[in-house]
Amino acid sequence: MSASRVVAVTGNESVAEALRQVNPDVSAAYPITPATDIMQRFTHYVSNGKVKTEMILVESEHSAMSACIGASAAGGRVMTATSSQGLALMWEELFIASGYRLPIVMSLVNRALSAPINIHCDHSDGMGARDCGWIQLWSENAQEAYDNTIQAFRIAENMDIRLPAMVCMDGFIISHSIERMEYLDDDAVRNYVGDFKQLYPLLDIAHPVSYGPLILSDYYMEYKRAHAEVMSKVKHVVLDAASEFERISGRKYGLFEDYRLDDAEIGLVVLNSAAGTSKDVVDAFRDRGIKAGLLKPRLFRPFPYEEVGEALKHLKAVCVLDRADASGASYGPLFMEIASSVSPYSPRPVLLNKIYGLGGRDYLPGHAESVLSELAEVAATGKVRTFKEYIGVRE
Amino acid sequence: MKPRGWKELNPGAVITEAGSARKFKTGSWRSFKPVWIEENCIQCMMCWIYCPDMAITAKDGKRGEFNYYFCKGCGICALECPGKKGKKAIVMEEEGQ
Repeated sequence: MSASRVVAVTGNESVAEALRQVNPDVSAAYPITPATDIMQRFTHYVSNGKVKTEMILVESEHSAMSACIGASAAGGRVMTATSSQGLALMWEELFIASGYRLPIVMSLVNRALSAPINIHCDHSDGMGARDCGWIQLWSENAQEAYDNTIQAFRIAENMDIRLPAMVCMDGFIISHSIERMEYLDDDAVRNYVGDFKQLYPLLDIAHPVSYGPLILSDYYMEYKRAHAEVMSKVKHVVLDAASEFERISGRKYGLFEDYRLDDAEIGLVVLNSAAGTSKDVVDAFRDRGIKAGLLKPRLFRPFPYEEVGEALKHLKAVCVLDRADASGASYGPLFMEIASSVSPYSPRPVLLNKIYGLGGRDYLPGHAESVLSELAEVAATGKVRTFKEYIGVRE
Repeated sequence: MKPRGWKELNPGAVITEAGSARKFKTGSWRSFKPVWIEENCIQCMMCWIYCPDMAITAKDGKRGEFNYYFCKGCGICALECPGKKGKKAIVMEEEGQ
């Protein structure tokens, strides 16, 4: 294990530090709250010569992602950061980055999408981009955002997959709150990510290549099938990267965190910062003799549905907490993943879905208590009051 | 050539063979066909300069016959052709006429 420094920093500061340590070749970004602070700090590193990164300041996120695509195809290690509308403006480019198999790393500081315009946390931005062919890692706190950012380079650049990766953390709740965490040594990080070598660099003029050919009905489907195959390999790469990361950091990561789930009868499934609050409440229920547990997805794309189904199948009742609604869909986006994960099993847990925390609405221990109490009731009686509802909302 | 299956494709649809666009028969898109009338041609090479593809063959500074494998029938050559004494050296004819 390498030496580490204990620091008190914000989530954004921790990600900027990870990026300084990785020292990517190129970054193109456009400011947007609450991700602005990452790139503001990173551009200081560029100006002060702390990194050798070529920083491209562009006129929009559409241009930021376009420049990242060009730089990555050219042969550089590339990163960017954004939030909310910025990610939405990158939309068409996201599919191009993944279709070209370019290992761009992006920090996504989760923020609600307009309208109504709002700068605070929910997961509508990340969920809106969940099917764009990128890897998504979600982070509970500043430490996880830092650790996931470093691992994301190694995962994305793995020669077996070569896919872009976004690392999500909750806007303001994590991005702007100071927490105690540990930084790794610069050398440990640099050795861990290693040197980057593009598979088909455009700048290798001795081996000319073309990116972006027109692929019509004769081959398009074969390319999509190949992408599906690559996606199926990601979880193995993520686990390998986690095991190597544990060796240098002492911190253990998996495809998801299972918290007191082994003998649990009721459980919560929740992403990012709300998992921290929820785990405290799970402990309080355990102290009262109620067998509660929690599952916090880390790798959301590709979703490890087999492993998640296996981890949840024995529970009597599970509530999936979604910090985004899939407007007009049956249930929230996380719920739909969990429902399909447990669907092969019989018996399987009764599933409830609560939509919480939209636009930065506080998620409090009382919310977790009330949901766990409801689950205990469902587990005991088998009676369900309602399968889906909003919580923490005024009638 | 037998079409390749999904396991045989380059990641990211990247083309690693230089100049492979030569194999792409864009001539099949054509609905109007340029016809060269050599007696009206002054060999100004404007058609060769303006052709957006590789559809005008040239050798020793002089143009030859159209390469209909690439010619999409855009008509730019016919438009730009100054001809000789008011007579065009390139005219467009509808395919299948």
